[in-house]
Amino acid sequence: MSGPGKDETESGPIHSGEEKGPSLKSGDEVLQIIRKGAEFTQELLKENERLRYRLAQAEEENFSLKKAPVKGVSGDELSKLQNRLESLEIEKKQILERFKQVEDENKDFANRYLEIENENNNLANLYIASYQLHSTLDFKEVLRIILEIIINLIGAEQFAVMMLDEKTHQLNAVASEGIEKEDIPPITLGTGVIGNVAKTGESYFKEDLSHKGTIDPTDPLVCIPMTIKERVIGVIVIYNLLQQKDKFTNLDYELFTLLAGHTATAVFSSKLYSESERKLSTIQGFIDLLTK
Amino acid sequence: MARFRILVVEDSPTMRQLITFTLKRLKDVEIVEASDGVDGLKKISAGKFDIIFTDINMPIMDGLKLVSLVKNDPANKDIPIVVITTEGGQEDRDRALALGANSYITKPIQAINLLATATQLLKI
Repeated sequence: MSGPGKDETESGPIHSGEEKGPSLKSGDEVLQIIRKGAEFTQELLKENERLRYRLAQAEEENFSLKKAPVKGVSGDELSKLQNRLESLEIEKKQILERFKQVEDENKDFANRYLEIENENNNLANLYIASYQLHSTLDFKEVLRIILEIIINLIGAEQFAVMMLDEKTHQLNAVASEGIEKEDIPPITLGTGVIGNVAKTGESYFKEDLSHKGTIDPTDPLVCIPMTIKERVIGVIVIYNLLQQKDKFTNLDYELFTLLAGHTATAVFSSKLYSESERKLSTIQGFIDLLTK
Repeated sequence: MARFRILVVEDSPTMRQLITFTLKRLKDVEIVEASDGVDGLKKISAGKFDIIFTDINMPIMDGLKLVSLVKNDPANKDIPIVVITTEGGQEDRDRALALGANSYITKPIQAINLLATATQLLKI
């Protein structure tokens, strides 16, 4: 190797005479290190070669293992395992199908729950409306409750309750909200939308429920007859709904049906009660006169 | 003793019954009713409430005044207040909320909205 010799001669001029001994010693050490480095490189190359050989061997073994039958497992056992695998695959498929079915059932139950919840709420509204309507025998109070139900449960803004005068065959406004009673003219039975509803006993619903700026008292959005059996005793007339209400729900129609029957009986019974009270006080007056 | 006390301030007996009937579906609640703002204030001063539902248009004292008084009272200012009214306009909603109301429900009320608002504010 020429390297260390060259290093030895070239290093001379750098050092002074007194330093020649230590400089040579240092050159030997460098040479030693380089030799060791060369040996180490040789070893690494050998190791590399050995590992390459081992890798090739391992790859060959791996390839042959893949090709060879499983050691210790007979053909029957292998067949059984394959069958088991197939049956497990089928079972897995069935479980997945069942899982999907259960999921679908869950969705159905959730939808049904919502429907029942909705129905429950509707029944609560109907119960309260009915309860309130029959909670008093005072005519004015009954009218007030009818107005409350129409405002709060149906969501009407302008409406009136009209009673049929059986002598004149005219419908007269007895209570109203959002419109003065005086602004609603008496309507003759069988005349116009309102008169026809009172005559036929069939409810009227306009298709366009949009909010109107000015209203025509003879042109309502909704007109519901108040009936006792077949007999119409008055009508509920709705002219405008609240701004946020733009359509009727199923509950609204059920409330209209309830109002048609229950308001009539509540109004009728309260009127009868008032009349009987009045008659009773008149009779009492006579009795008092006769007995005094 | 109930876990939550709810005050319902509403002049209409029909609405009061409907709101109470609906809120009773919540677990562990006691519902107290008041027929106007003054009645509501009396009930508030007599006991502690976790939430107040109030109508806006009421005789004697309306709901907005009640909201204002409760929210300006250091002892009760943290009670959540839900305003229930027939007014659907944004202005009325803003007015109620500006006074300190925590939520707003318009009539006709939907039970599901009422219960959702109550559970959210009561953190049930």
